Amino acid sequence: MGKVLMKGNEAIGEAAIRAGCLNYFAYPITPQSEIAEYLSRRLPESGGVYLQGESEVAVSYMIFGAAGCGERVFTSSSSPGISLMSEGLSYIAGAELPCVFVNIMRGGPGLGGILPSQADYFQATKGGGHGDYHLMVLAPDSVQEAVDMVMESFRLAEKYRNPVMIIGDGLIGQMMEPVAFRDELKSEPLNKDVWASNGMSTRNSKTPNLVKSLFLSPEQLNAHNLKLKAKYEQMAREDLRFETYNMDADYKALIVSFGTMSRVCRTAIDDLKEEGIDVAMLRPQTVFPFPEKAIYDAALKKECKIVLSIEMNMGQMVEDVERSVKGQRPVEWYGKCGGEIPTPEEIQELVKSRL
Amino acid sequence: MGKVFKKPEALSDVHTHYCPGCTHGIIHRLIAEVIDELGIRENTVGVAPVGCAVLIYDYFTLDFQESAHGRAPAMATGIKRVRPDLMVFTYQGDGDMASIGISEIIHAANRGEKFTSIFVNNAVYGMTGGQMAPTTLPGQRTTTSPEGRNVDEVGMPIRMAELLSSLATPGYIARHSVTSPKYINRTKKAIKKAFQYQMENRCFSLIEVISTCPTNWGMTPVEALKWAEDEMLQFYQLGEYKTPE
Amino acid sequence: MQQEVMFAGFGGQGILSAGKILAQTAMNEGLEVAWVPSYGPEMRGGTAYCTVVISDRAIGSPIIKNPLHLVAMNRPSLEKFAPDVKKNGIILVNSSLVAIGSGRDDVDEVRISATDIARDIGDARVANIVALAALVGRSRIVGTEDLINTVKAEFARKEKYIPLNLAAVDAGFAAAS
Repeated sequence: MGKVLMKGNEAIGEAAIRAGCLNYFAYPITPQSEIAEYLSRRLPESGGVYLQGESEVAVSYMIFGAAGCGERVFTSSSSPGISLMSEGLSYIAGAELPCVFVNIMRGGPGLGGILPSQADYFQATKGGGHGDYHLMVLAPDSVQEAVDMVMESFRLAEKYRNPVMIIGDGLIGQMMEPVAFRDELKSEPLNKDVWASNGMSTRNSKTPNLVKSLFLSPEQLNAHNLKLKAKYEQMAREDLRFETYNMDADYKALIVSFGTMSRVCRTAIDDLKEEGIDVAMLRPQTVFPFPEKAIYDAALKKECKIVLSIEMNMGQMVEDVERSVKGQRPVEWYGKCGGEIPTPEEIQELVKSRL
Repeated sequence: MGKVFKKPEALSDVHTHYCPGCTHGIIHRLIAEVIDELGIRENTVGVAPVGCAVLIYDYFTLDFQESAHGRAPAMATGIKRVRPDLMVFTYQGDGDMASIGISEIIHAANRGEKFTSIFVNNAVYGMTGGQMAPTTLPGQRTTTSPEGRNVDEVGMPIRMAELLSSLATPGYIARHSVTSPKYINRTKKAIKKAFQYQMENRCFSLIEVISTCPTNWGMTPVEALKWAEDEMLQFYQLGEYKTPE
Repeated sequence: MQQEVMFAGFGGQGILSAGKILAQTAMNEGLEVAWVPSYGPEMRGGTAYCTVVISDRAIGSPIIKNPLHLVAMNRPSLEKFAPDVKKNGIILVNSSLVAIGSGRDDVDEVRISATDIARDIGDARVANIVALAALVGRSRIVGTEDLINTVKAEFARKEKYIPLNLAAVDAGFAAAS
């Protein structure tokens, strides 16, 4: 299929349908309401389920119920809405249900603003809700990658029986770029007969299935958490993703950046190269699991004097970058929030001032 | 002589964790009998609440999903929307439904979601140890209303059956009680009717069941039944509040 | 090579759709494109602008501080964005609504009475297409035939608007030459 020019939000909705996800529950919030608008038209004509819930809280449990039946389901929201869904995310992660959450991030805290932001990095990668759980978190840098990641996210959610979150910023949602859609998702066996609570007759079983997150015995709860932990470790071994830029050069500085911000950095790196300054970039495509070892190795390259974590927030991923570099190189954060996106010129100035 | 009394197939053969004199067991049994009689056990998914009945899934021989506090109607919505062929019910207490989950139940009822909610109202938080509920009666003492519910400060109790029956969307809403054999029979009939409406894909249904909590009321089981009839039934009138006809 | 065009004006002037038609045309020509809108709480009557980035290789930053060209459909847009335009770029001014000039002598300032021209054709709402065609005619940022084809395809589902919009394209080309 050829390319079409599409707004990120609408392309995300279409990608879910192409991935065979015909169930969507959501509550409107800027800057991602076009996903709901698009699917309110597309899902009914595709024989799917579209429902506008009464709140993000309720939506997160509609997702739980549908995923608990073993049906493919997703939702989308933006930062304040994801806060409200975080309770449900904790329960969903605890009950080990596969489903996909898209966060088209805007600035915070509180109502914050509606312009692009990456200020939900902590929320997405470190929890958000209560308890020891992790989402698998993917961070696209273009509309095309958002589409590819939406499709891939269902496979990953089902592989790990774990919720997957895609964090794009408002720009990824609002921007139009050419996209090509893959025809269908290559998914892995879901084995839902073993766990889905979807009526015994559905699976010709005489034994009830129970979907739950409650383990009152400390031994059982500890064992449950160890099982979850093993899954997160498996994600790091098998599904860690990142991209490098100008890594073959004898770079003086290493930039770590994701999403829209990394595109700005790419332009800055091109411009610096013309001036004879080599800078490399490592762009995490999965921010959980995080490419710790790759960053460590890249930072330790002989000529590399400094590692810069450049983010559209007040310094969140930088903590993971520091953790990765293990004190072997200085690590600094640079960024802005509120909707202003640092320009390539700013990044160039920053790099020059540090070399 | 053959057995005249036996356990419904939909109930597990285990002892429950409920306190002596608690009426959850009766309500569980009524639901199980209805499920048996309608032959829907293998096609049913229950949604468990947070509260005393959180472990309800241990007592039934059918599929369950365990909700967060108050969110059972949203979860039931998710199940029923993606699997309209399943029979779905929520089982919720007064704190779960009338306090933290009041938004979820109102909107599910208003959308006319085709599932059944069993609402157990015993005017007190049970599992957390007897705190004030949104359905605690005026003047009723609880561990968080030691001088009795002061309606000037916390308002009057919420009558869920009346509240939900005020919605314009068709539904089946009734309030019954399990405080006497006569009332128990009526409760069972209402539960059966609710499930039948669901089987016919007719409407949302809610059966509020006036229930007791001897432990947290500080009464014997017999005293509790009397108190429920004397006090609760004055404020919570029994009957059918709304039918889809 | 990368070129950027900023379209700016009142909400309701068809700013976003003019940008989209340009982006679609460039994409059809096999170029990389990004269409970046302003988005805000105002739905109607507020300021609206979008930037279209066109490049022969993958686009890095889609956030453009200094566009190569500007299409200013109203006065506040011209005042706000004229200083940002790159040297030797085009500033296309809708002179029907904007009496002042850009004040720049290092750019190609083109004044087109887009709203009046559109009204003469039959509908003031196609002023955006007149301005877009004028920009394309002047800059050749995309091929003129390709633009015509995009306009036809864009209105394929509302066929009765095709003649009006094609007339707007022709008038825009003529005004720019």
